[in-house]
Amino acid sequence: MYRYDEFDHDFVHQRVGQYRDQVERRLSGEIAEDAFKPLRLMNGVYLQLHAYMLRVAIPYGTLNGKQMRRLARIARDYDKGYGHFTTRQNIQYNWPKLSDTPDILDELAEVEMHAIQTSGNCIRNVSADHFAGAAADEVADPRPYAEILRQWSSNHPEYSFLPRKFKIAVTGAERDRAAIQVHDIGLHLKRNEAGELGFAVYVGGGQGRTPIIAKKIRNFLPEADLLSYTTAIMRVYNLHGRRDNKYKARIKILVNETGKYEFSRQVEAEWQNLKETVLKLPEYDLAAIAAYFAPPQLQDRPEGWGLIAAGKKNDSGFASWVHQNVTPHRHPDYSVVTISLKPIGGIPGDASDTQMEVVAELAEKFGHDEIRVSHEQNLVLPHVAMADLENVYRALLEAGLATANAGLVTDIIACPGLDYCALANARAIPVAQEISERFDSLERQRAIGELKIKISGCINACGHHHVGHIGILGVEKKGAELYQVTLGGSGDEQTSIGQIIGRGFEPEKITDAVETIVETYMGLRQNPDETFLEAYRRVGPAPFKEALYGEKFKAA
Amino acid sequence: MMKVLTANRLADGIAVWLGANGQWLESIDAALIARHAEAVDALDDAGKSAFNNNVVVDIALIDVTEIDSEIYPIRLRERIRASGPTIRTDLGKQAEFRQATAA
Ligand code: SF4
Repeated sequence: MYRYDEFDHDFVHQRVGQYRDQVERRLSGEIAEDAFKPLRLMNGVYLQLHAYMLRVAIPYGTLNGKQMRRLARIARDYDKGYGHFTTRQNIQYNWPKLSDTPDILDELAEVEMHAIQTSGNCIRNVSADHFAGAAADEVADPRPYAEILRQWSSNHPEYSFLPRKFKIAVTGAERDRAAIQVHDIGLHLKRNEAGELGFAVYVGGGQGRTPIIAKKIRNFLPEADLLSYTTAIMRVYNLHGRRDNKYKARIKILVNETGKYEFSRQVEAEWQNLKETVLKLPEYDLAAIAAYFAPPQLQDRPEGWGLIAAGKKNDSGFASWVHQNVTPHRHPDYSVVTISLKPIGGIPGDASDTQMEVVAELAEKFGHDEIRVSHEQNLVLPHVAMADLENVYRALLEAGLATANAGLVTDIIACPGLDYCALANARAIPVAQEISERFDSLERQRAIGELKIKISGCINACGHHHVGHIGILGVEKKGAELYQVTLGGSGDEQTSIGQIIGRGFEPEKITDAVETIVETYMGLRQNPDETFLEAYRRVGPAPFKEALYGEKFKAA
Repeated sequence: MMKVLTANRLADGIAVWLGANGQWLESIDAALIARHAEAVDALDDAGKSAFNNNVVVDIALIDVTEIDSEIYPIRLRERIRASGPTIRTDLGKQAEFRQATAA
């Protein structure tokens, strides 16, 4: 993974120093809140319902054991013993004191982490496929490009006051695990016929109030042109993006209103002036960054095949976990392990300090010291020898981290919602917990198959409800919580935005509604292999509406 | 409509309510209730002055009612602020309050 050089260290330390001074001056009353608020936000410090919240960037969701241990220590020493992993592959602490935040940032800087650009109208943490560098279906590791984008966009003066926040996602496989089509820019790393690397470029996707699927404006952009072309997009956006209306300021609105062809024409025109400038990436730079992401030396461990087979026979819990949470690695003797942060009835994405330490230790011992955070709020050990899987499983089991539900109906994404978030209209976590408990039987979950439920506590859609197979949006109606259901959303290579199925459900009725939807699907699927999404795309909303709203719907 | 004044304390961000003695309290229980327009204005002034003096941030006048002489915010958002996350009853005011009564 990337290691800071002297410049990076200096930059981050200086930034913490500046911030420490700003906090001191704020606490002494020298700076007023209006002046201070943007400064704290630039360093990831928000104010929520109960306390401040600190959002720490985990670049493209990659970290090592030492960094995870530090996150655990911060949770213990400065917070209340836990952290919340988010759909942006970041971690949030819910209770830090403002006066402690400079010390926390110092602790992070020591392990090459920070909270810069986790807020504000700038280019945010670049996200990537959480299986990057490991997945069997990958063309190339997208993280070197994510890192190049990170370095280029960090503190970039031209992008410090964009019309609105800006999110870039990169994937290196056909199967899109990074939801690139609902990002401001989505990059799909691939090879052309000549075997050269480049990107399909998507622009103008996003969720929130106005969900829009990104438009593909380039089929193949050579890798050397990554920064010049991205700069061209940013310049068109910076020039024409609306600054008069917050709700119309994202690039998705600009692309939509300008039209794909005109927008792309403007980008191409801008690019002509940029493409042969210093922004062109020299091969040695690409190679230098790629070297940081060189795959670990994986010894052949063929004994794993036999060990796994025996282990599965002896222990059905282990067998289920392998079946559900273990994915093929590009090395046949290895696998990618998903650590579910969705225990039945638990809080999606939360991990205690001790759990973080267990994951750190497992990564160091069995996982070539690599950990990933997925946008589905789980953790990943990307390089585990099959021969070590049982050891990993036993340790996870003891730490309450071995729930065998990756991709199943209880692997629910939920944003913090009204339990923490100052912008929320309704709670999201209790809804996730109740649904999870309703479907607690693993047998039932597996019979249902792949089903992604995603829940947001307000229209900002941090819980990605628009791309949930079943999406749930919490709203406030007449002072009470109400949950609106969308069906048929998806955040993969065939991205779709879920459709609202009908009137919303009260908190005590939403779990029943979800169960009705699931049972309706079970009743109409053509065979057990037809997933919920496939079935929904085949039959449309009618049978679900009828099951949920009955005769009234039929008559209407 | 009855109102109380709430905010978050500048240095640690903890939710607080203005009490009868002009102190910012960590629990809503002893918050000063404004029962008429002049009292609401007085709360508003107190809030602005505490904000200007860098004691608290995010001040808001919130609607409350009284049930069995306990202050009960009308909006769920404010009830959650007054008690803590509903999904972690071991945290926030609900936990601190319990500890206090147990002691
Ligand atoms: S979706 Fe809304 S409620 Fe949920 S975390 Fe985002 S802003 Fe907060």
